[in-house]
Amino acid sequence: MTILFYIAALIAIVASIMVVTRTNIIHALLYMVISLLATAVMFFLIGAPFIAAMEIIIYAGAIMVLFVFVVMMLNLGKQAVEQEKRWLSTEGWYFPSLLSLILLLEIGYLIVSGQTAPFNGRQIPPAEVGKELYSTYLIGVELAAILLMAGIIGAYHLARRKKYVVHRFLKTEGAEQ
Amino acid sequence: MIAISLNTGLIIASIMFFTGLIGVMIRKNIMFMLISIEIMLNAAGLAFVFAGAQHGQADGQIMFLFILTTAAAEVAVGLALIIQFYQNLKRSIPMLPII
Amino acid sequence: MYDLLWLVPTFPFLGFLILAIFGKKIGKKLSAVVGVGSIGLSALITILIGIQFLTNPPEGHAFVQTLWTWIAADDFKVNIAFHLDALSMVFAFVVTFVGFWIHLYSTEYMADDEGFSRFFAYMNLFVGAMLMLVMGDNLLLLYLGWEGVGLCSYLLIGFWYRDPANGYAARKAFIVTRVGDAAMAVGLFMLFYSFKSLNIQEILSVAPHVWSPGNKLAVASTLLLLGGAVGKSAQLPLQVWLPDAMAGPTPTSALIHAATMVTAGVYLIARMNGIYLLAPLSMTAVAIVGAATLLVAGFAGMAQTDIKRVLAYSTVSQIGYMFLALGVGAWSAGVFHFMIHAFFKALLFLAAGAIILAQHHEQNMFKMGGLAKALPVTFWTFLIGSASLAALPLITAGFYSKDAIIWYAWSGPNGSIYLWMAAVFGAMVTAFYTFRMVFVTFFGEQKMEISHYPTWRVHIPLIALAFFALFGGFIELPGTLGHLTLFSDFMKSALPVVEGGHHEVSLEIFSQVLTAVLALVSIFVAYYLYLKNMQIVTNFTSTKFGHGLQQFLLSGLGFDWLYERLFIRPYVWLSRTNKRDFIDFFYVFLPWLARQFHYLFKYTQTGKVRRYVVGIVFGVLVSITIVVIL
Repeated sequence: MTILFYIAALIAIVASIMVVTRTNIIHALLYMVISLLATAVMFFLIGAPFIAAMEIIIYAGAIMVLFVFVVMMLNLGKQAVEQEKRWLSTEGWYFPSLLSLILLLEIGYLIVSGQTAPFNGRQIPPAEVGKELYSTYLIGVELAAILLMAGIIGAYHLARRKKYVVHRFLKTEGAEQ
Repeated sequence: MIAISLNTGLIIASIMFFTGLIGVMIRKNIMFMLISIEIMLNAAGLAFVFAGAQHGQADGQIMFLFILTTAAAEVAVGLALIIQFYQNLKRSIPMLPII
Repeated sequence: MYDLLWLVPTFPFLGFLILAIFGKKIGKKLSAVVGVGSIGLSALITILIGIQFLTNPPEGHAFVQTLWTWIAADDFKVNIAFHLDALSMVFAFVVTFVGFWIHLYSTEYMADDEGFSRFFAYMNLFVGAMLMLVMGDNLLLLYLGWEGVGLCSYLLIGFWYRDPANGYAARKAFIVTRVGDAAMAVGLFMLFYSFKSLNIQEILSVAPHVWSPGNKLAVASTLLLLGGAVGKSAQLPLQVWLPDAMAGPTPTSALIHAATMVTAGVYLIARMNGIYLLAPLSMTAVAIVGAATLLVAGFAGMAQTDIKRVLAYSTVSQIGYMFLALGVGAWSAGVFHFMIHAFFKALLFLAAGAIILAQHHEQNMFKMGGLAKALPVTFWTFLIGSASLAALPLITAGFYSKDAIIWYAWSGPNGSIYLWMAAVFGAMVTAFYTFRMVFVTFFGEQKMEISHYPTWRVHIPLIALAFFALFGGFIELPGTLGHLTLFSDFMKSALPVVEGGHHEVSLEIFSQVLTAVLALVSIFVAYYLYLKNMQIVTNFTSTKFGHGLQQFLLSGLGFDWLYERLFIRPYVWLSRTNKRDFIDFFYVFLPWLARQFHYLFKYTQTGKVRRYVVGIVFGVLVSITIVVIL
């Protein structure tokens, strides 16, 4: 079981790195899905089956598919890949990487220097999560609902194909007909 | 039963988080930046769930659900914006070199 | 009748408001009616109140009319209230009565001036403020009037503002008096600190219980008040502004810079007599200031060529006499001289104004001459005023008022032989320069034709004032000559009577005879030098020493020269070197620094989100590094 966990973790990390370094966006998205699936495996192994299911259904199944749809809608070609290659190679990305690496080392140091204990290992059934969610965190649920509502309306409003409207003051006399 | 400490989990989560962070910093394509942000969010959720599992409590998972909600809303709005950019600034280059 | 007291200052203020707001619309005739009428009504009420005051004095010889509370803050309470006692009665009478004649005179003097209604507005405001000064029952109201008359003085000196020299003179007057006013304000603070009140009567009644004689605080506050008085009354060392103040219209010089405003210092010291008596040092200072001023101004008066400047220096000198009287403790003698001086000096200025008007606005008296026949009324009244100023014995009012001061300078409680000598010498000098002026202006041959013959509006004020300049003195006669004490009896209720000193009758007669003889001799010397044998003077001034002396006296003993080097030039130098205010460097540095930071941070604002993220990460790195290291 422990071995499985480590393999899943490795896959998740490697897939993440692949996401970041791809030039073709569809490839990147597929690696992202792999990363999410590996994460789901980790969740399942540490005793959170409900969240593992959510990860697969919502994250990998819905959000990533949304990405894929949009990419398909934009109808990108080979040119885009070429451009990504140029951008990725020319611009110096050592400094951000170095910065992040130092930060990672420091946070790792902080984590390691703290106390540690093995996982409890207890399976947390979905029923328990649901009960907790709809009792203690009810207000959070409401807020999340409002957020999703705003997201839906916002997405609809922003993505609508707008008619090109010229303000009446900006119109010239002849162009009115 | 697995014999893994919280620290290990947190370090895995941090590695993923910083991978996403590097992605945000080095990519110029807004689509990739959005995906990198997804990686970061996911890593944060991972840390929450690990911490919850450590104590055998459901709170960590609930936090992950909230993150999931946030990510969904964010992606919806972000993708809508990308579509709008694409429609308004139609260029010869099919991908938008924004930001 | 007393209840009408509030009307006395109200009429001038009302006149000012009407003239200031409608002055341009109502025309000259109506402006004159309003301007003169308001003062006339005010004078009428003052005289009626005065008659009642004489026949039926109020309880305690003082009447207080409280109109309303001006300021009330904790234990600091100031009323708009008028206090009428013998002292303020005399001052209010002089201000309104002399003021009325001068206003009447002005209607002719200013007739051709385009700022006619503006002139009357200022004059009315002045009279109102001056009444406020002398009738205010607390020091703050007094200070309000004090500053009000200062403002009017400034406005009227610079009345013909198109000439920059007039504006300069106005500023000089304002700034020099401000030096005194600042001292006075500090003095008022000290008084309030000591007594927790600014009510004059309260301070005077409480002072002897709070301060022992010679108290340091008493000396300091009285000296500071003296500073204010010195500035306003043009005494040494702040006398330099008054001769230059003659740049204003002549009625202004008559009313403000001779008869009333410049004697505000006398009023202040006389009013605060109670606390001056507690500070013998301050009394001595007042006397010395007076004696020194009367000599300095007298010397300066001897060499002036401008007729108005001669009168200005004589004013400074005569106020010096008043200060001397106050300083030696002869309070009522000082106030008496103030009243007589107001009559004859206003008369002299008005007559000088008539002469100037008749001589194409020429003020240099050596270019005039022989006017006695051409302007008989002006000549005779001017002669009366001059005689009074020179204290011609027995027949003039000036003799009686000045003689009292000279005698008290010796015999008074604070008197000394040196003060007496200064006063006698000053009287001699006064007689000399006064009659020099008379002889040069009115005798000899006529050098210029008459450009303007005065009418009744000039003659009536001149004759009225001449009457008082001649006979006003007979209400107070010295012990050796009839011993009439109407005035000092009247003042007894407001001012302490002279106590102590010595009263040898033979010495008093000696003093009087000496003064009289010296005055007559001086007049004869003036006659001999300036009418009979002018050659002596011309010969003397053509020598090197004589010329230098003449220039020295002409410049008012070089005080302007001294102050220019002592104060003005260092100040100008300081402000020049500090043109770019060095304190400003700091305030310029702050925006400079902010701007540099702006330039620095400007580079971070690239519009590239990636850069911003890098910035955030860098910040996080720094803070976490701090956590790790600590």
